[in-house]
Amino acid sequence: MPVKRTDKTPMPVREPEMRARDFDEVNEGYCFSHAMFEAERCLRCQDPVCIDGCPVRVPIADFMHAIAAGNMPKASEILRTANPLAAICGRVCPQESQCELKCHMTKRFGPVAIGHLERFVSDWEMEQPVNEEVLEPWRDEKIAIVGSGPSGLVCAGELARMGYHVTVYEALHAPGGVLRYGIPEFRLPNNILDWEIDSLRRLGVEFINNVIIGKTIQLEALFGEMGYSAVFIGTGAGLPKFMGIPGESLNGVYSANEFLTRINLMQAFEFPRAETPLKVGKRVAVIGSGNTAMDAVRSALRLGAEHAMVVYRRSENEMTARIEEYEHAIEEGVEFHWLTNPIEVLGEDGWVTGLKCMRMELGEPDESGRARPVPIEGSEFVFPVDNVVLSIGTRPNPLLSKATPGLKTHSWGGLLVDERQVEQQQ
Amino acid sequence: MVKIVEKRQLTPITKLYRVEAPLIAKAASAGQFVIVRVREGGERIPLTITDYDREKGLLTIVVQEVGATTRRLGRLEEGEEILDMVGPLGEAPEIPAGGHIVGVGGGYGSAALLCLMRELKDRGEKTTIIMGAREKDLLILSDELGEICDNVEICTDDGSAGFKGFVTERLQELIDGAGPGRPDYVIAIGPMPMMRAVEKTTRAAGIANTASLDPLMIDGTGMCGGCRVTIGGEVKFACVDGPFFDAHEVDFDEAVSRSKMYVKEEQQAAACQRTTAGAS
Ligand SMILES: Cc1cc2nc3c(=O)[nH]c(=O)nc-3n(C[C@H](O)[C@H](O)[C@H](O)COP(=O)(O)OP(=O)(O)OC[C@H]3O[C@@H](n4cnc5c(N)ncnc54)[C@H](O)[C@@H]3O)c2cc1C
Ligand code: FES
Repeated sequence: MPVKRTDKTPMPVREPEMRARDFDEVNEGYCFSHAMFEAERCLRCQDPVCIDGCPVRVPIADFMHAIAAGNMPKASEILRTANPLAAICGRVCPQESQCELKCHMTKRFGPVAIGHLERFVSDWEMEQPVNEEVLEPWRDEKIAIVGSGPSGLVCAGELARMGYHVTVYEALHAPGGVLRYGIPEFRLPNNILDWEIDSLRRLGVEFINNVIIGKTIQLEALFGEMGYSAVFIGTGAGLPKFMGIPGESLNGVYSANEFLTRINLMQAFEFPRAETPLKVGKRVAVIGSGNTAMDAVRSALRLGAEHAMVVYRRSENEMTARIEEYEHAIEEGVEFHWLTNPIEVLGEDGWVTGLKCMRMELGEPDESGRARPVPIEGSEFVFPVDNVVLSIGTRPNPLLSKATPGLKTHSWGGLLVDERQVEQQQ
Repeated sequence: MVKIVEKRQLTPITKLYRVEAPLIAKAASAGQFVIVRVREGGERIPLTITDYDREKGLLTIVVQEVGATTRRLGRLEEGEEILDMVGPLGEAPEIPAGGHIVGVGGGYGSAALLCLMRELKDRGEKTTIIMGAREKDLLILSDELGEICDNVEICTDDGSAGFKGFVTERLQELIDGAGPGRPDYVIAIGPMPMMRAVEKTTRAAGIANTASLDPLMIDGTGMCGGCRVTIGGEVKFACVDGPFFDAHEVDFDEAVSRSKMYVKEEQQAAACQRTTAGAS
């Protein structure tokens, strides 16, 4: 088969002026001919190193071949077997720093669009008729999963396929973790998440919402009276950090988690039909540079902000967001203020009026190996803003570990496990 | 889905519900709360656990209708279901043993004190409740509280029952030796201005005081930080670190200001609800 030495096929997207006003998905997905063309760009390497870049080792070359040959059922089977959340990963995985980084095409032409093709196969799958039959577990053991974020969902799918009875307990009223409350619909529509969860239900996985392990049910009770043989803890790292600067509790200051939860989980964009409100003013500053910051700032635009800006103390090079999100944000008109460190939130009558910042310059590398931002003396200035959204990272949620003295944690709150990622139940 | 097995109208705007929530009832302690959602697209709101019955798997909540969600909840009848309920959330307060413990309740706060006071009574404490309302008909659960507490002090603004005046005025009288006498520890649950006034009174008298803060909440698990309050200069999340805090350390100015963040939106939601009335 001929190998095509061309650039990566661009993802068709909705026009920035249009999409920045609603929450519909930005990427439209490849058509069949795009997908076949793109799959044929794969070099069929003897040693497909792209797989080494994939945390779940999807046999990428194999599904590329299947697409190129127009054999969609096969492509889908290969993908599904390795990755139970392909429709989601195809949309939100940071491919540029994983599989696509390793691709031999990357240096000269740009990588094969592995992520876009993963999405293409899943979108095809979603249009196929489903077998509504629910798989019956064939083993006796029951396994409980705590938390229904991506880690819990994948674990549930794998275990159900191995024949176990699997129950997923979720604290919120809907499953999905960050996929539900964090990532906005313009990037990951809810119906995609629902479809993935329904597929897990058909594998026999049971979902129970509104249950907090450590509060509603204790971990010991799962092992004890409830008879689970094993418990997987996928409670995520959902506790928002604040900066500790003055003015952070003024009205109009949100953590990115709160801002996005109001929008995604509670549908504040439909207020007052949906009853959870969100105050978005004309000028919104989002502090941070990760995916969460991009999601928050682009949501702010969609909710009517005229100036939606990202404020980050390091430079563009140290930004941690997926490159696609950054590019989309620029196209949509997000303003970026690099090397700018917030030092105070200013307010009047309890409400935010401004964000006081200092200019920074890059110095010697710090512990993380990145250039340390150093404040430039006398460079203080104020952005007039109506909202400040803090997106400077999260920590593990201590709810469960606090309620379960037997669970040991690292100083940063992560669970201590042995090298097999297991904490033995005594 | 949580089924309502009993509904009682306590005042024109206050309703008591007993609901089937066996897991929560089993795990609950006095002073904890639940978060409920009444319909798809509805808000998540915190409600104090008024009482629980572990054997029967029942939970009691008292709802005062103030906004769109509480009004919608107030329309639910026996046999109907509440869409979502999660809990028990927050930590039970640690109340030192010995001495005279006085609960001060305003509005739904008196209901929230019910099982807390009973636990204290069972522990052998000397208990008094000071409960206040605008008028006699707005007092809630005074009989039940009367059975539990050693002393019940009723206050009404218009004097239609008990002491004529605010709960804080009666509290001051107790501090000065009237009735059951000076408190050693005060628990305040109710509207923010009331808790603030109670704190002022106990501070002047040098009496320990805990208050149950009820900021806006979403998840109730520490995930959003929307419920943050400043306690002794430190930011705390009321849903996981509270809801009880040392009243003398609470930044009430900030708490009051934050609680008013969405006043306008709440009116909008209520207006929208009226125009679509019936479509709950
Ligand atoms: C806005 C946003 C955008 C992101 N975008 C990307 C992206 O584009 N690409 C990417 O690779 N990563 C992205 N991330 C990071 C990614 O979402 C996380 O790495 C991922 O969600 C972690 O999954 P998890 O299953 O461990 O936890 P979570 O998704 O956090 O799920 C944990 C779940 O457990 C529940 N829970 C917690 N405690 C309990 C308990 N005691 N009992 C019951 N349930 C409990 C929580 O309610 C939650 O639903 C993003 C994160 C955010 C916040
Ligand atoms: S309600 Fe979200 S952190 Fe407390």
